[in-house]
Order: sequence, then structure tokens, then C-alpha cells
Amino acid sequence: MSWMVWTMPTAIFFSSIAAMLAGMTIWEILSPTIERKGFLPISTTRGDRLFIGLLSAAFIHLGVIGFTSLSIWIALAVSAIWLLVLMRWG
Amino acid sequence: MNNKVPNNRAWLLVLPMLVLVAFSAIIPLMTVVNYSVQDVLGPNARFFTGTEWFESMLNDSALQAAFLRQISFSLIILAIQIPLGIGIALIMPKRGWQASAVLILITLPLLIPWNVVGSIWQIFTRGDIGLMGWGLRELGVDYNITRNAGDAWVTIVLMDVWHWTPLVAMLCYSGLRSIPEAYYQAARIDRASKWAVFRYIQLPKLTNVLVIAVLLRFMHSFMIYAEPFVLTGGGPGSATTFLSQSLTTMAVGQQDLGPSAAFSLIYFLVILLVSWVFYTTIMHMQKDKHPHGGA
Repeated sequence: MSWMVWTMPTAIFFSSIAAMLAGMTIWEILSPTIERKGFLPISTTRGDRLFIGLLSAAFIHLGVIGFTSLSIWIALAVSAIWLLVLMRWG
Repeated sequence: MNNKVPNNRAWLLVLPMLVLVAFSAIIPLMTVVNYSVQDVLGPNARFFTGTEWFESMLNDSALQAAFLRQISFSLIILAIQIPLGIGIALIMPKRGWQASAVLILITLPLLIPWNVVGSIWQIFTRGDIGLMGWGLRELGVDYNITRNAGDAWVTIVLMDVWHWTPLVAMLCYSGLRSIPEAYYQAARIDRASKWAVFRYIQLPKLTNVLVIAVLLRFMHSFMIYAEPFVLTGGGPGSATTFLSQSLTTMAVGQQDLGPSAAFSLIYFLVILLVSWVFYTTIMHMQKDKHPHGGA
């Protein structure tokens, strides 16, 4: 696998994405999602909200890395809180 | 009430495709992520750089300029192509052999490969042999796309309008054809003006196709590469260097794999965001249209 030049952070990143997808699948089997409308302008399912959360997390990280001198962990914390808020009330 | 029992076993049939996509897209994308956090000099010489590449890419003034240029380009061509496309669709003949003939004529630019479009316009705008370049020079206009940034911009916008307005026109034409004749009859009974017919019948009925046209054209133009590359090579200077070309120069020309991987990911995220908005808007509109059908 060395041709893929793996590093620990990217391995952790992709494992967490895979874990999230697996978790969402199990959650879906246990209790199927119901499409609903929260504070977002469109009605969403659980998967939609996860996607929106991850995509906005990417932009939060880019903003913090590129345009502030804050630690990347702050970006991670903000993204995680945002993802939870989105999943619950989005 | 929905009494259907969901059966997700059909998803297993997607597995072969998933394996294929894993090798053609997912694994290469993972490799790009790996490269974006490292400085890879060779198989055994690599250094972890963390977010350094992302930071330098986001603060690279050349790339920021290319990004702004890209956005302005997309907005300019949308502002021209959408009204022009609607206008063309409105005056296109509605039936008979004229309709087919005009449709074919209008579709022709869409069939030309992108590189060829660039070459056609490159020759067309040359001062010595090109019809447009020569003609403008004879008229006394100082027109030169290799020296004057304004000329290069006008030409690229003109080229894109020539190449892609037909797509907008065809979408609008199909939208117009789907309006039932009864609407027009009602308008005639009310003695509605041409403008009122356009404003209150045709335009509202065109909303759906226009959303598709706007988003398709936006995404297309946001990834434009071959046409300006062949026409101007990104010049004069970097006046017409768009994002794809900056990326190619970095990745293929200079072999800066780390920075170009970081830049690709940023570019990809922007495109992903736009595509998602595109998809959601369309799905949303369909849902509004068939509230009980389920999209």
C-alpha cells in the first residue's frame, strides 16, 4: 500500500468517514429516517444533513487554515458542534 | 399511507459498480488527499507537511486572482447567454421544415470538440489571416488578443457565447413547446400584449428549464479549460488564466504534487458545493410540482 503514500491523519480521516457511513447504515436499519424540515430551507433526511454537515465542515476547515492563525482543532470542534446541531435541528 | 415494504436487497446489484468506482474514483481521490498533506519527492523521500499546502494555496495571490477571474467569467457568460438563449428560443420557428432546419443550424456549435472551438477562434481572430482579426484591423480597430487583455477577454466571452448559447436556446425552446395552446388562446381573448404573454405565461413556464440552464452553464464554465487554453494560452500575462489551467500548470508543468493536490481538493469542494446546490434545487422543484408523487 506504500504507493498510496498513506499517512496516519488521512487514514484516520477516511476511517472516520467509513465509520460514519457504516453507523448511518445501521441507524437506518434500526429506525428508518423520516424526511422533515428543520431550520434549513429544505426538508432533509438524516443522510442529507450528514452530507451538508460534512461539506460545511470542509469549508470551515479551509477558512480556519487559510485565513486565520487559529489551531485546526478549533475548526474541528466547531465543525463537530455544527454537525450535531444540524443533525438534531437541521 | 405507504404500505410498501422497503426491500433494500436490490442495492447488492450495485456492488460491481461500486467496486469499479472505488478503483476509478474513490481510491485515486484518497491518494490525492494523501499527497495534499505531504511533500512527496520520491518513493522513499516524503515529508509530512500537514495543512501547509492548503494554507499556501488559499493565500496564493495568483490562484486567488484566477478564482476571481473564473467567477467573473461565469457570471458574465450567464448574464449574456441566458437572456440571449431565451430571445433566440422565442423567435425560432415553431413548426414545419423551418423549425427542423433552424434546430440543426443552432445545434452545430454544440457538436464541435472543445479544442477545435479554440483552434477555430484562434485562426478567426488572427490579424493576418483570420476573418475577424483582419476585418477589425482593416476597420482601424487595434485588436490583438495576444497583447491586449481586454481583447482576449472579449474574444473568450464571445467564443463561449457562440459555443454554448445554443444549449440555453434549445432548453428554452423545449420549455416553450411544452406550454399548451390554451394559455395563448386565453391571452388572446384577454387581448394581452406580447410582453404580458412573455412575462406572465412564457417566463413562469420556463423557470424549470432556466434553472437547469443556469446551473449547467455555471458548472461548465467554472471548469472551462481547453477553449481558452488553445485560444490565448491563458495570456496575455495571466489575464485569461482560469482555475483548471492554473492547476494543470502546477501539476503537470511543475510537478508540484503536494500543492496541486491541495488545490485540486479545494477546487473539488467548490464544484461539489455548486453541484449539490444544483441537484437539490432541481429535486426540490420537482417535489413542489408533484407534492404527492415523491421524488
